[in-house]
Amino acid sequence: MKILVCISHVPDTTSKINFKDNNSVFDNVGVQFVINPNDEFGLTRAVWFKEKQGAQIDVIHVGKTSADATLRKCLAIGADKAFRIDTPALDGALVAKEVAAFIKNNPYDLIITGRESIDYNGAMVPGMLAALLDIPFVPNCVGLEIDGNTAIAEREIDGGREKLKGSLPMVIGGQKGLVEESDLRIPNMRGIMQARQKPFEVVPSQNTAAKTHDIEFEKPAPKGEVTLIPADDLDQLIERLHKEAKVI
Amino acid sequence: MSVLVFTETENNTLKRNASEVASYGVALAKKLSTTCAAITFNAENANALGAYGIAQVVNITNAPNVFDANAYASAVAAHAKKNGISHVVLGSSADAKFLAPILAAKLDAAYAPNVVALPEQLNPLTVKRTAFTNKAFVHTQLASDVNIIGVGNNTFSVIENTVPCSVEEVQSDHITSNLERISIDKVSGKATIADADVVVSGGRGLKGPEHWHLVEDLAEVLGAATACSKPVSDMGWRSHDEHVGQTGKPVSTNLYIAIGISGAIQHLAGVNASKVKVVINNDPEAPFFKAADYGVVGDAFEVIPELTKKLKAFKAQA
Repeated sequence: MKILVCISHVPDTTSKINFKDNNSVFDNVGVQFVINPNDEFGLTRAVWFKEKQGAQIDVIHVGKTSADATLRKCLAIGADKAFRIDTPALDGALVAKEVAAFIKNNPYDLIITGRESIDYNGAMVPGMLAALLDIPFVPNCVGLEIDGNTAIAEREIDGGREKLKGSLPMVIGGQKGLVEESDLRIPNMRGIMQARQKPFEVVPSQNTAAKTHDIEFEKPAPKGEVTLIPADDLDQLIERLHKEAKVI
Repeated sequence: MSVLVFTETENNTLKRNASEVASYGVALAKKLSTTCAAITFNAENANALGAYGIAQVVNITNAPNVFDANAYASAVAAHAKKNGISHVVLGSSADAKFLAPILAAKLDAAYAPNVVALPEQLNPLTVKRTAFTNKAFVHTQLASDVNIIGVGNNTFSVIENTVPCSVEEVQSDHITSNLERISIDKVSGKATIADADVVVSGGRGLKGPEHWHLVEDLAEVLGAATACSKPVSDMGWRSHDEHVGQTGKPVSTNLYIAIGISGAIQHLAGVNASKVKVVINNDPEAPFFKAADYGVVGDAFEVIPELTKKLKAFKAQA
């Protein structure tokens, strides 16, 4: 089985979010970038398939050299080969089209992405990719079994979950649940050494045009002070929620 | 040029968020000086959309009864192409976010999800949406022949504006499924994190799953959904479905009550789109108090039963 895991490179979950140049660009000074957590759950599941059922794992990223260390980390975790499509990831449509063009020339049985990236939260790339390739797609995936040419994938829905069955190739939007947090791998020294020897290929872009343009960022208005209510005066809390906040 | 809203259904009935999505679509059409119609699947009460200004509904009756993203997206795409639709509006439920990117690819459209307001500019179409898991907003231009707007949950007020509504029942020739549903496991009759007005959430401060009746009793009085912090789901006290935060489910409810949750940055990111936050914690230094609207410093094991009792009395009286 050939698996492609799509990797997004995002600010660490604890990062302070700031912007510069008149709020037109994310300020990455002092920000640690990591593998998008949802992608990491997917990559870890791919490594599980490799170890239990046998698979070749490639990882792919659309972007410039700043993500190379993140891709090397994927190789250290257990991916076999990394590809970077050499163009800025301006929007989800561009990324999906670039990756779809790559897959048309390099077919895979299973394509795993994260549910969404934690920076732009678009959740668009996996669905667009599946539609461009005309293959099935399961988002918010919390369980995945592969048997021959058939995949059984479980997805979270509002208020529960559903189990879906389809033929490979398929696109999965993974998240926590696909593997647990405790299953995530911290690369060991051997993995890091091996990663240096693994193939890393820079792929020219198709010069796809973006469909959307992010022109300005804005931080939420600062929050007012919290109103503290004494624990022995809960009537006041109910009164305020009813009359002041009007939420009950 | 015209606007099409995709309204979701469940058990042949429009879902609650249909009113919000329809209101947005009608307001957008007004801004664009054009018309707004709706498309829906197997809705027995499709004409209810007339209450939000929708005069025309296409109700597709030959699609699978339970949501099927590829089948529905194929039918919506075919309808949009045939009718020269320039703007598609849909919601932010798990299903809408499943369908939207498939639809966008089929229409080669520009798509902006998590939009929080009507466009601030029409030419080029510019919308404000959340980014960095609610830690920021971004203003995004959509520049395509077809533009798709995903309206964030609970971000746009319902506008009631009753008009006569005609429903056309249609058999689509474009229903193509590529997945087979094996099973569906859904709590029925209970509010879900996605569509509840109130969410009551518990953290490690509750000390163990055996104390969750405190959260459940309070939630029941408020008709609320129950949720939990990441450590609670990691330790297996509650199922992963209830985990809210950056790697769990997002919450954008009217009232979020956090009990015994300290407020790690990843948790706050996932819940701070909620309008009013109440934090109950025995540690006055808990970071969550800084992000809260109302706070009670106290022992959850005393405060929650008391609050539940008082709310019960308040509700009985109301």
